[in-house]
Amino acid sequence: MNEFLPQFTQQLVNGLSLGAIYALIAIGYTMVYGIIGMINFAHGEIYMIGAYIGLVTLTAIGVQSGLPLPLVLAGAVIVAVLVTGLYGYAVERVAYRPLRGGPRLVPLISAIGMSIFLQNYVQIGQGARDVSVPLMVSGAFEFSMGGGFNVTVPYSRLLIVGTTLVLMIALTMFIGYSRIGRACRACAQDMRMANLLGIDTNKVISFTFILGAMLAAVGGVLIALTVGKLNPFIGFIAGIKAFTAAVLGGIGSIPGAMLGGVLLGLAETFAAGYLPSEYKDVVAFALLVLILLFRPTGLLGKPDVEKV
Amino acid sequence: MASAYPQGFAAQLKYASIAAVLTAILVTPIFGLHLLRVGYRIELQADWTPVLLAALAVFVFQMLRPAMARQLKAVPWPAMPQIQPDQQRKATLALLVVALVWPFIGSRGAVDIATLALIYVVLGLGLNIVVGFAGLLDLGYVGFYAVGGYTYALLNSYFGLSFWVCLPIAGGMAALFGFLLGFPVLRLRGDYLAIVTLGFGEIIRLLLNNMTTITGGPDGVSGIPKPSVFGIEMARSASTEGGTTFHEMLGMDYDGMHMVIFLYLLALLLAGITLFVSNRLVRMPIGRAWEALRDDEIACRSLGLSPTKVKLSAFTLGAMFAGFAGSFFAARQGLVNPESFTFIESALILAIVVLGGMGSQLGVILAAILLTVLPELARGFAEYRMLIFGLVMVLMMIWRPQGLLPATRPHLELPR
Repeated sequence: MNEFLPQFTQQLVNGLSLGAIYALIAIGYTMVYGIIGMINFAHGEIYMIGAYIGLVTLTAIGVQSGLPLPLVLAGAVIVAVLVTGLYGYAVERVAYRPLRGGPRLVPLISAIGMSIFLQNYVQIGQGARDVSVPLMVSGAFEFSMGGGFNVTVPYSRLLIVGTTLVLMIALTMFIGYSRIGRACRACAQDMRMANLLGIDTNKVISFTFILGAMLAAVGGVLIALTVGKLNPFIGFIAGIKAFTAAVLGGIGSIPGAMLGGVLLGLAETFAAGYLPSEYKDVVAFALLVLILLFRPTGLLGKPDVEKV
Repeated sequence: MASAYPQGFAAQLKYASIAAVLTAILVTPIFGLHLLRVGYRIELQADWTPVLLAALAVFVFQMLRPAMARQLKAVPWPAMPQIQPDQQRKATLALLVVALVWPFIGSRGAVDIATLALIYVVLGLGLNIVVGFAGLLDLGYVGFYAVGGYTYALLNSYFGLSFWVCLPIAGGMAALFGFLLGFPVLRLRGDYLAIVTLGFGEIIRLLLNNMTTITGGPDGVSGIPKPSVFGIEMARSASTEGGTTFHEMLGMDYDGMHMVIFLYLLALLLAGITLFVSNRLVRMPIGRAWEALRDDEIACRSLGLSPTKVKLSAFTLGAMFAGFAGSFFAARQGLVNPESFTFIESALILAIVVLGGMGSQLGVILAAILLTVLPELARGFAEYRMLIFGLVMVLMMIWRPQGLLPATRPHLELPR
């Protein structure tokens, strides 16, 4: 008992921050799927590119530039978000838009090609080896309640959870009440009808890709600052896990993606804490398979009826 | 998006300039500013050449696009020859003749590459059953390949079974895996299926990687013997007391090339069998059912076909061929490790099927040869290989989603 509770709380903290990152990436999958019904396989690479752009900006500003830390971080995140959003737009424009309306497998294969392309593009541009990221947000809260109850909450993890929370609230408001948010929901319900009612569906689709890429970029920069290193291969596995999160919550549902991300993060951290850590990835994949088998609509998803 | 394209020179100039500026912004953080490690710190090294080149390329492309579109419309595209079934048979026969003569005229390296190409032919034809005929996107095909490879490797290292005993077992084992994994997942819709199979493929690889005590972990299994010629060893000297080796029996001098040629012929035989079997299968009722189900699942259901059974048969048979290819791969390499069975391998096999034309066997064979031989020729571009590979996959989907040699359905025409 004395051992269990602090360890459990520590895992909870780690799992929440990991889950927050998955949630940020998962929203991109879920929004794109909700609107055009395709799995944007290249989304994980977008997240990786976001992390790289953040690091490049940080380095360009200069880690020891004397500017206050929050300003430097905000600058890196903003540049990363803007440029990565542009990546999201460009990928959709080049690789998916020409294929719209074709058989379902065609855009998926194109997305796989795009994913391979982007991964190698970064590999050639920035090298395949790990780059170390300055740990700018160091330090941690130390909770000590006596009786061996010690929990460490690093500031960087706190930053992840806090930022994600703010972004999620902002996103919910944005999708719920803004004009383009309403247009998004209309397109998700019935694309053709929305088009007939005067919504520029191409614009809405571009917008979802940009928004998804932007959120993924935030996740990328935050994780790079926490983990302290970066390589071009982080996108693939993170992408699949975020997809798992999106499916877990119910693909197409934004609150579902948030919930799924957090649940997956927790599941993975607890599995890593109590099982041999090599099985961490196996747990995530096994979870994906199990959800798809027993509840393909996810926790918050609506059943999908196939019509003739 | 021809309708959205700006009319008039000024508008076009503006459009192209915007595209070029956006490209420059995109390329700058990846190619323009290199992260450079200096001691403990990272610094940026600016290199504007690639940024300018990329922006210029996009600008020129966008400026020329309307003109190109007009030109291309004026010039009648040479329509890809629609290959008739009898021509296809002739082409396949010609290919077979070349393949049979090849080991006796080609160099050792050329034969070796051809063997590799043939492994991909088997894999491509196997996946073609699943993706091309049955329309099930399987992104974890490499998992069955791994099952085949490890089946031979492990049975050999634990029980000393020979290649010829293990080959059918490996095929059966992979088929069993295909059956067991397929059974629950085949109810899922297309793209979900793709991700679940991807998950399975990764799970198989991670398990092979992590169950160190059984599979040797990341190091894999090594020292796997090469196949024997129907029980007669092909080596410099017999490993057992009093055994005869292949070259002694035929009264020839020992030559390492014999093994290379033997492996090649074996691969050719395997590819030939795969081609023959899958070719027959599509003409059978089961094959017709695969294609019908691919084209319209609801119609098939209402005609009384059981989608699960039909899909499962395709999945299992496809997996079986991957198992054969896997055990041959293990025998040829002499070692297997999880590194050989990553997702990228699955993507490569899928690219072979897509590039060749889903469902088109001749196309798949040509694509398999193309995708193994071209990288060998372009060794100098090794760094750019996967980049180009990804790009080609995207461009293929845009320009020619039906593949290089689109499939023709087996059909009969009434004589006039």
